[in-house]
Amino acid sequence: MNAAQFTRRAHLALEDKQLQTALSISRDGFTAQRAAAVARLPEFDSLRDSARDIKAHTLAHLDLYLEAYEKRVTASGGIVHYARSAKDANDIVVSICRRHGAKLAVKGKTMIGEEIGVNAALEANGVDPVETDLGEYILQLRGELPSHITAPAVHLTKEQIAADFRRAHRDLPEGRDLTEASALLAEARAVLRKMFLSADIGITGANFLVAETGTSIIVTNEGNGDLAATLPKVHIVLASIEKLVPTLEDAAQLLRVLTRSATGQEISTYTTFATGPRRPGDPDGPEEYHVVLVDNGRSALLGSEFAEVLRCIRCGACMNHCPVYQSVGGHAYGSVYAGPIGAVLTPALVGIENAVDLPNASSFCGACESVCPVRIPLPKLMRFWREHAFERGLVSVRQRLALNLWGFFAKRPALYRFATRAAVRVLAKIDGEDGRLRKMPASWTASRDFPAPQGETFQAEFARRKSMGRRS
Amino acid sequence: MSARAEILADVRRALGVTGSEASRRRAVADRLEHAPQGTIPARGQLDPAERKALFRAEAERVLASVAEVASNADVAAEVATYLRRRNLPATLRAGADPYLAALPWQGLELAEGSPDGTAALSRAFGAVAESGTLVLVSGKENPTRLNFLPPTHIVVVAAGDIVGDYETIWQRLRGAYGKGAMPRTVNFISGPSRSADIGRTMQLGAHGPRELRIIIVGGK
Ligand code: SF4
Repeated sequence: MNAAQFTRRAHLALEDKQLQTALSISRDGFTAQRAAAVARLPEFDSLRDSARDIKAHTLAHLDLYLEAYEKRVTASGGIVHYARSAKDANDIVVSICRRHGAKLAVKGKTMIGEEIGVNAALEANGVDPVETDLGEYILQLRGELPSHITAPAVHLTKEQIAADFRRAHRDLPEGRDLTEASALLAEARAVLRKMFLSADIGITGANFLVAETGTSIIVTNEGNGDLAATLPKVHIVLASIEKLVPTLEDAAQLLRVLTRSATGQEISTYTTFATGPRRPGDPDGPEEYHVVLVDNGRSALLGSEFAEVLRCIRCGACMNHCPVYQSVGGHAYGSVYAGPIGAVLTPALVGIENAVDLPNASSFCGACESVCPVRIPLPKLMRFWREHAFERGLVSVRQRLALNLWGFFAKRPALYRFATRAAVRVLAKIDGEDGRLRKMPASWTASRDFPAPQGETFQAEFARRKSMGRRS
Repeated sequence: MSARAEILADVRRALGVTGSEASRRRAVADRLEHAPQGTIPARGQLDPAERKALFRAEAERVLASVAEVASNADVAAEVATYLRRRNLPATLRAGADPYLAALPWQGLELAEGSPDGTAALSRAFGAVAESGTLVLVSGKENPTRLNFLPPTHIVVVAAGDIVGDYETIWQRLRGAYGKGAMPRTVNFISGPSRSADIGRTMQLGAHGPRELRIIIVGGK
């Protein structure tokens, strides 16, 4: 998969009935749950300001917070590694595994792990990486990428999952009943429990890293990442450098907006704060605690007009509220990061020439920015990418012509007024009964309706109101 | 140049700084030293009785079950009743918490060992009313694995340890472990383990416990 063929994959996704059902269920669920959680907390918007400011402050002082964080991790007996690239990060993880003769690594959910392709690197070196988040586990059995940050397997039915389990869990009785979701859950739990207890290495991501204490924080509902951090004798935390926050107080501000924005929960079932390896007298916990701090393009972003995207806390709210994402799902983006955040982040990671469709996968309705807990101006950043793409001649001839044509009219107000008035009349004529256009050229209406223009053009209306205003 | 030096240099180049500016260093040192509080929801700012009631309501909202007992002497009877009603054996896995060990466990057995398949008992460091969250810390007293491996987890918390917000927990942790230090693991636990990954319906008991029983002691 790559990010270059958004349009083609989007078409396929729109045809996929099962995907469409799954998307509508998750979309309605997530948006309603978020709205309910926000309504319950009068301080929510003030917390968003706070979250934005904390991330902005941390990014502006990132070098110093990295140093402070490293000092605390080291003081608690942990080891910090630095990786500039995906390859460097994978090499570090593989070398830790090798040193321990590891065969099996249990993994908590890690986006950066997916970004750098750590599973492939482990497999190539004889280590079996097992995803333990139930959704991720199912996808791994299927060899698929997640379609959603917080609900990776949202596009699959019970029946598909049952078939995957029969195929993968060969040592279990063939005639077993897997019709109920509870049976599937019990089976996955039992299979994965064995892996937790026998794995040599636990790999997790981090939602936040706390400079004050050298702590890594993960949030889960299943308890899987928490077990991966507790049972194996080595815990490896993979985290990109922008995960830093200064203090525990700052982490609490961000945690309050993270889960509410993601799933509408007040807090996730488990929030686990890990600081260093097992202490003297501890009956459990890893003997070694490693953190791999990954740059992979972040420091370059920090100095660019896209720096604000580094505030992202990967809550997924921008996807859940995005009409484009709601129509095509996550796979169409062809990248680990989907939705509006993917449209901004992916071109930065893989180069705009390989992802030129993504910043265009937007209706610029602004829903993403209006729900983003750290107030990232996603539409503005997408527009920057469009400009980059245009300047570098990456935009198709047709699009160029259209824009040039628009530019021609826009510079000639009288002609523009004439042309738009004519267009309004034409559109009003082909209108359906309800003021929605269901058929338009350029297949705009295949997956959405277009409101038919009612009345006059904006300019005519504006002029009329202005003169009315003068009279009163 | 090491990867560390290169990354720091890249970050500094991007920010247009050298890393030795006194004002930046002071800003960072100040924040780490004073840990300013941001916005704290009014929801948890209550007197102790209301705080306990809010904690209970929020914990039940996330599907924990809660019992309240008047004193330490009543904990064992409450645990025994719960296990009996659930048809669970009268043996509990627990760590070496002296408080738990000192309770009168007539008829119940507390044993160390793997909690795979049996109920486990822990004592919370504290709890947060704001979100119905238990706070547990690692150590031989209350091993972290007990929080995740058993199908049923019973947690005892003193009413006096229920605070309004996360920030108060940080202050108490600093008091107990020192500024800048943390226990190896701090677990915030809000309800039993769950997943909505299969069939898009929420189910309890994903990797962690299916049942979370909270016993609040005192404050009656
Ligand atoms: S961009 Fe904002 S809304 Fe989207 S995932 Fe990141 S933090 Fe959440």
